[in-house]
Amino acid sequence: MARAAVLGRLNWLLAELVELVPETPRVKSLVLAAPGWPGHRPGQHVDVRLTAEDGYQAQRSYSIATPPDGERVVLTVERLEDGEVSPFLVDELLVGDRIELRGPIGGYFVWDGADRAPLHLVAGGSGIVPLMAMLRHRAGLGSAGPAALVYSARTEGELIYREELDRLAADDGALRIAYTLTRERPPGWTGYDRRIDPGMLGEVLGGADPNATAFVCGPTRFVEVAADALVGLGYEPGRVRTERFGPSGR
Amino acid sequence: MDHVTRGFRGRRDTERSDRIPPGQYETRDFPVLSAGPTPHTPLETWTFTISEGGEERARWTWDEFQALPSETITKDIHCVTKWSKLDTAWEGVSVDTLLDGIETDAAYVMAWSDGGYTTNLPLEDVTDGKAWVAHGYDDEPLDPEHGGPARLLVPHLYFWKSAKWVRGLRLMEEDEPGFWESLGYHLYGDPWREQRYWGD
Repeated sequence: MARAAVLGRLNWLLAELVELVPETPRVKSLVLAAPGWPGHRPGQHVDVRLTAEDGYQAQRSYSIATPPDGERVVLTVERLEDGEVSPFLVDELLVGDRIELRGPIGGYFVWDGADRAPLHLVAGGSGIVPLMAMLRHRAGLGSAGPAALVYSARTEGELIYREELDRLAADDGALRIAYTLTRERPPGWTGYDRRIDPGMLGEVLGGADPNATAFVCGPTRFVEVAADALVGLGYEPGRVRTERFGPSGR
Repeated sequence: MDHVTRGFRGRRDTERSDRIPPGQYETRDFPVLSAGPTPHTPLETWTFTISEGGEERARWTWDEFQALPSETITKDIHCVTKWSKLDTAWEGVSVDTLLDGIETDAAYVMAWSDGGYTTNLPLEDVTDGKAWVAHGYDDEPLDPEHGGPARLLVPHLYFWKSAKWVRGLRLMEEDEPGFWESLGYHLYGDPWREQRYWGD
């Protein structure tokens, strides 16, 4: 089991950036080759450590965007304007540069799809990243139970992985994806146009299937609202797993 | 020395306080981290229980708990997700007060919460003025998303040890891992020794 991977000490590994994928104007995916990477489960995250010439260090946590893939780890990072680490990762890191990371971290906000039970996902902003690892993993399984995603962003341009998500949904009749844009809609927008609420979650997720596990990831307020709504819809609280990032989650 | 990251200077606009443990950064916000939905237990049914070996040793209703002597506590707190917040101001009941008069051979406690969360601590880390059950923050009742109506406050350990929505302490002779401690996080969690994960 991959969980055994965290039984030992989590050592810092030196990972090389092998590809940079622009996702939105403020978001890039960092494709890293990490020799010695012990493997991970969809939904887990890593710690990244940067060291300046004089020894000054900064550490932050980032979600892994991809399912287990040998020693390859993909992080999707949003540039926070007042951040210390994310602007460096998004704007200054170049292919060939090396950064230290250790992981995988977190053994609760994970989904391997082993039980074919329904997968219900609710994402706010860059909270889509660990959920994308689950959806990508699910697509690779070949056969999986039904899944649904509600993804909220401010504008269409801020939806991360938009094309890939549309493709996944088009290829898979058991996957339902709905977007909601809370600030600005393009002409002819047919998705939702409001902040998430119980009605929207009920419509897209199809009600509280007692076998479903719900994963909610996003800013604190968003997660509070979504998780409360799911409990209100009848989800057992123990089947609603959350990951929150605060205003200072940089 | 660890690998130097090409081009990384870090933010040097503020003097780094010597109160920030290794690998942490200072924040002025109060981020929230919880594994599940925020529980909303009505105060009429809220109780706080000290138990040992399946037996109840002491129990307070919300009103009884509120009547206990309360202290104002100002402490720095450190979350394993890397943020530290200095001079946070709490109102709460010392765990010494709750354990007063209870004879025990226990060396550990398991704090347990609404929602099923647990976290383990050595008894000596929650006694002698080191831990509280906090019910106020910044002169206000503690918000549910920050653990209200009451949370454990053990500021000298990483903040996951300060269990939100705490409802009781189980006295234990042997240590056993709580929720996060079973999922890769350190059994003890001293931020100054950077005990984040197993083996740290």
